[in-house]
Amino acid sequence: MSLFDKFVEGLKKTRESFSEKFEVLFRRGLLDEEFFDELEEILITSDLGVELSLEVVEELKSHVKAEKVAERGEIKSFLRRLLVQRLAGEGVGAKEGAGEGVGKKAEEVEREDAETRAGAETRAGEGIINFAPQPPTVVLILGVNGVGKTTSIGKLAYLLKGQGKRSVFAAGDTFRAAAGEQLEIWAQRAGAEIVAHQQGSDPGSVIFDAISAARSRGTDVVLCDTAGRLHTKYNLMEELKKLVRVAGKACPGAPHETLLVIDATTGQNAMAQAELFSKSVEITGLILTKLDGTARGGIALTVRDRLKIPIKFIGLGEGLDDLQPFSAEEFVDALLDV
Amino acid sequence: MLFPNLANKIQDTFQRLRGKGKLTERDLDEALREVRLALLEADVNFKVVKGFLSSVKERSLGHEVLKSITPGQQIVKIVHEEMTKLMGGGVSRLEIKETPACIMLVGLQGSGKTTTAAKLARHLSKQHRPLLVAADIYRPAAVKQLQVLGESLSLPVFSMGEANPVDIARASREKARKEGRDLILLDTAGRLHIDEAMMQELQDIKEAVKPAEILLVVDAMTGQDAVNIAGSFHERLGITGVILTKVDGDTRGGAALSVKAVTGCPIKFVGLGEKTEAFEPFHPDRFASRILGMGDVISLVEKAQATLDTEKAREMEKKIFSKTFSLEDFKEQLQQVRSMGPLDELLDMIPGAGKMNKAMKNIKVDEKELSRIEAIINSMTPGERQNPEIIGNSRKRRIAAGSGTRVQDVNQLLKQFTQMRKMMKQFGDMGKGRRGGKKFPF
Repeated sequence: MSLFDKFVEGLKKTRESFSEKFEVLFRRGLLDEEFFDELEEILITSDLGVELSLEVVEELKSHVKAEKVAERGEIKSFLRRLLVQRLAGEGVGAKEGAGEGVGKKAEEVEREDAETRAGAETRAGEGIINFAPQPPTVVLILGVNGVGKTTSIGKLAYLLKGQGKRSVFAAGDTFRAAAGEQLEIWAQRAGAEIVAHQQGSDPGSVIFDAISAARSRGTDVVLCDTAGRLHTKYNLMEELKKLVRVAGKACPGAPHETLLVIDATTGQNAMAQAELFSKSVEITGLILTKLDGTARGGIALTVRDRLKIPIKFIGLGEGLDDLQPFSAEEFVDALLDV
Repeated sequence: MLFPNLANKIQDTFQRLRGKGKLTERDLDEALREVRLALLEADVNFKVVKGFLSSVKERSLGHEVLKSITPGQQIVKIVHEEMTKLMGGGVSRLEIKETPACIMLVGLQGSGKTTTAAKLARHLSKQHRPLLVAADIYRPAAVKQLQVLGESLSLPVFSMGEANPVDIARASREKARKEGRDLILLDTAGRLHIDEAMMQELQDIKEAVKPAEILLVVDAMTGQDAVNIAGSFHERLGITGVILTKVDGDTRGGAALSVKAVTGCPIKFVGLGEKTEAFEPFHPDRFASRILGMGDVISLVEKAQATLDTEKAREMEKKIFSKTFSLEDFKEQLQQVRSMGPLDELLDMIPGAGKMNKAMKNIKVDEKELSRIEAIINSMTPGERQNPEIIGNSRKRRIAAGSGTRVQDVNQLLKQFTQMRKMMKQFGDMGKGRRGGKKFPF
């Protein structure tokens, strides 16, 4: 079992905090091959995926070469800016961005940092729900099993309540045992109404009824729960299309938001999830849950960069107020532990 | 998927190097780079990959690979073997000795503990009398979920509302003893491995019930963090095994390797869907193929064997080679194939189909096509099914209307069927012909 011992030994290192690693990385003398190898490792172990990790490292390398950067503080802020750009959906331009970076002095980079920070508020789609011009705003919540859809709905309602918006839940997960009951408890906690049918009934009719109820009562937002489904199940993906059609029939223009919930613990498969869900219905945003663990959720960056779906909210725990609007800057800072 | 076929990729690498004559250690490194990428893409932990590859390299250098005519295949073979070995070699069983024995299920939120508890109870109810215990008092309606599942399996579920989980666990032993249950399945609340208070609770439960098995439930889609999660749970509780869930998706499931590497505990079962019967023992060799993106042929064959009735198959074989093969038989055959599960699930198991199943559109056509064919046959009279020659234009119109298809569709089916029968007859005659000394037609 000597091989095992080797693994365990190696893994102990992984469990050391990232911030430590990063500090060590940036404290080291040279910007040599080893530096970039280690950076690559940090990115990959954050679930960024090999491809994107290599891309980022290559961009950094060429920046260092072109700029003859020797200072590590400078490369750090460049890396930060690069990741924020990708997360802000400026991924295509990121290459140009790298080009722009050429010829810029550190102060300029610093200044632009401040600018991206200011730009975050105006950035489209991030951290907000696009409300319908006329209530109700219909929000469809989707995802694979166990990512935290029901919990996110409860927390989202609470967040909206803080903004003075009343919600009604549609208990659209009629498949899993006791899913309706779970949502009901969240409705009580968050002070929302709920429309639920029997287990095994048609989720479309639940959603239709909830929207109709919201229209007649003048409720602001309809949050539709759906059963967890693996993206590879064709029938269940078809069912989603139907739910979207039903929502549109109950209220023209609905659903106004279709949010895909992704578990931050998920690895590369989150990309397949986002791809296949988007093939069935138009995903307008992501909710990244379970970021309170040790997983970095780097795959969200990959999904954001490759599929151009904005990340709207992040889940940081099981409490009512543990759902927060997403900010690219904060996310990258957490990723890099700065 | 980036790496539809690892073996081909590595073979290509060597092909490029072939011109140079002798393969060197550097060439080997280049090939192992492909393996590294494949493993990382499959979510095997970075550190685990590193350690794993160094052992693969060591073995490869032992003349096995460099002198081989097909070094690519050799490497894949070694990788596959080492990975199988690392994941435990063979199927690993539960260690249940005392009565009542307790099995504790632990894991992160949403990994599938409650569903798994029900599946495990069903799986074990052949040899045991399990008692499901709802010790998740935190998640809303978790107790209710287990109760509903227990009811559907006709198995008792013990709960004490929102009492302390440690007390619930303790009381469950008493309950099991009284009711003559020899196995306690403890469903605990999902928790983060870094939540001190919640981890302490698990330790307290462990102290109270001294479980025979503590099984960590892990989502097969877990990424790089799998090592931290499994490591923490193992450190605190000393887990005895792992159950991998949501394996029915398209994830390559590299987390399995990471978890095994960091805990040394065997993976005992896999969950393959939401139904309580979608549960199987873990087979390291098959899973190694999956992580490498090589498909799972053995499972496919097993599935076919389990679903297809051998007796019926033999009868069908006879019919196929005789002239009595009718549309009725054809329909039965179709239904047998379909009873093996959705086509996309079957496709998943075929090597190289990983890429195909992404193109879901194609599969959709297939599934629909099969339904249409069945509908058409269903709209025929028994006489027509036995004797399709009698189907004229008027009958075709009736069949099309009855099955909601067009006359063209009916025509197409009849044409295909006639062709098929012709071919089958040829095969049949061939068999006879051989005996009669005639030559093969091809």
